[in-house]
Amino acid sequence: MTLASIRDLSAHYSAGGTRFHALDEVALDVRSGQILGVVGESGCGKSTMASVLSLNPGPSLRVTAGTLSVAGTDIDLTDATRGASASHRALRGGTVALLPQGALNALNPTRRVGAQAHDILAAGDRRIKRAVSYERAAARLEALDLPPRALRAYPHQLSGGMRQRVVTALATLRNPRLLVADEPSSALDVSSQRLLVDLLRRLIAEGLVEGIVFITHDVALLSELADRIAVMYAGRVVEEAPARELVSSPRHPYSQALLASVLVPEPGTRGRRLTGIPGSPPDLRAPLAGCAFAPRCEHAMDVCATDRPPRVVTGSRDDSCWRSAETEEAAHVG
Amino acid sequence: MSADTELLRTEGLAKTFGRGCEEVRAVAGVDLALRRGEITALVGQSGSGKSTLGRLLLRLLDPTEGRVLFDGQDVTAVRGSARRDYWREVQAVFQDPFAAFHQYRRVEATLATALRLLPAATRADGRPLMEAALAAVGLDAAETLAKRPHELSGGQRQRVMLARALMLRPRLLIADEATSMLDASVRVTVLNLLADLRDEQGMTVLFVTHDLGQAYYLADRIAVMHRGAIVESGPAERVVASPEHEYTRSLLADVPKLHRSG
Repeated sequence: MTLASIRDLSAHYSAGGTRFHALDEVALDVRSGQILGVVGESGCGKSTMASVLSLNPGPSLRVTAGTLSVAGTDIDLTDATRGASASHRALRGGTVALLPQGALNALNPTRRVGAQAHDILAAGDRRIKRAVSYERAAARLEALDLPPRALRAYPHQLSGGMRQRVVTALATLRNPRLLVADEPSSALDVSSQRLLVDLLRRLIAEGLVEGIVFITHDVALLSELADRIAVMYAGRVVEEAPARELVSSPRHPYSQALLASVLVPEPGTRGRRLTGIPGSPPDLRAPLAGCAFAPRCEHAMDVCATDRPPRVVTGSRDDSCWRSAETEEAAHVG
Repeated sequence: MSADTELLRTEGLAKTFGRGCEEVRAVAGVDLALRRGEITALVGQSGSGKSTLGRLLLRLLDPTEGRVLFDGQDVTAVRGSARRDYWREVQAVFQDPFAAFHQYRRVEATLATALRLLPAATRADGRPLMEAALAAVGLDAAETLAKRPHELSGGQRQRVMLARALMLRPRLLIADEATSMLDASVRVTVLNLLADLRDEQGMTVLFVTHDLGQAYYLADRIAVMHRGAIVESGPAERVVASPEHEYTRSLLADVPKLHRSG
């Protein structure tokens, strides 16, 4: 069952009269009880997408089109509704919530955890009693193996791992349907990453959240965490597939190149010279006519430079590449 | 092992910060040997003391105990002009390619600063040295020298920093998380560059990282650091394939695998 679907999401940043295209007709589905991983490199628009999905877009971001449907609620993501952002405020934290990058900086260092928990709950229900919010926060902390005394602690009194769990507990305090995690693992070392992965799986298993969008640059981590993986390049989703299939048989040339650059301590990594991806990502100031990856793609054809490749759906996966489109066509003709 | 095969070795190197109950023993008695013409990866988690060890080797910090021997010479306490001479032999590239640049200065000015370490006679050839070093890291010299940092991508910046280090023709390069902030596809090109420097110029590299995957791809030998001490070291293949120390095993178990065996 589909928990959330993002449709036709386009956004750009404007600075000094120049437009930087950040998201270009992004469409994604998050299924109930699943983790959707979104992977891409610097500047591919993944953090912009996290900010839009969690209804916290930055002031210089212009969302020109897009809707988010979460569990029956249709949310217009465009700027037109930003003036009336009271409606977004009602959804923030309750329907969608953000698990921010860098748990260490996400807490107010001058306030106790309990007070911050109360603020979050009071944002949803202004008349909530302090005692009630403490009780609910304590229960949530306990679900994540944190002692209730953490409520009386200031952030600096907690260890890094505890802070990560406190931030996770606070982000999910109002039982959001959809949790958007924006690179929560990037500043952590591998052992803490492992704990975070287990924690997110537990949130789903225990029904504390219904679905997670996990945004990262680390495709190896996603292959262990996510049910499905979407690959982004230059503001577009170029491929989306079940995690295992994407890792074992990526179809889009960018996904293939990205997976080929992953260095893992597994046999086969050594003694083989990897090439990386030659060239650099496109200039996002100009609108891209064809496939965004074409200039760096070794399979590029003439059509790739001029026409945007269609999204070709095959079974439970899809990708946007002219090669797949031609294979598909040949299959129909034959 | 004799001093012939080793470029640098430390003996019981230790560094303590703070005192009393605040005391932190960041590096606790490290014996590390770097073999000539090899890439040694120093792997450890955040807080394991690997960067402190790197800074001790660079003579940016004074050790509390122990010695550093470079090419058979005791360099533990060199300072002043002797330390500048040492820096001609030992150069470093650090993690953040955005913080390492002066925002307003062109690449040429940044590189020229590094040339001050060279004797005055050599400095006159500054421009050709810069051009050769930039060419060695795969950048177009004419174009890059006139640029300011914001006009370069992260990978390009890190390559300029490598070029800066290479201009001095150091015998030892210490790369402290030099590729951690780069995207995967760009990272590979910088790692390949380090491998080429070893293969073509016989450069010795200490590659400090938290990422076992990168260490395994690049290094000849891996030393694993935990709580200020080296718990295991050996050929990269052996350390990853059959780790001997409990900590190395748990570290390997926590690394996300691309291909699940199950």
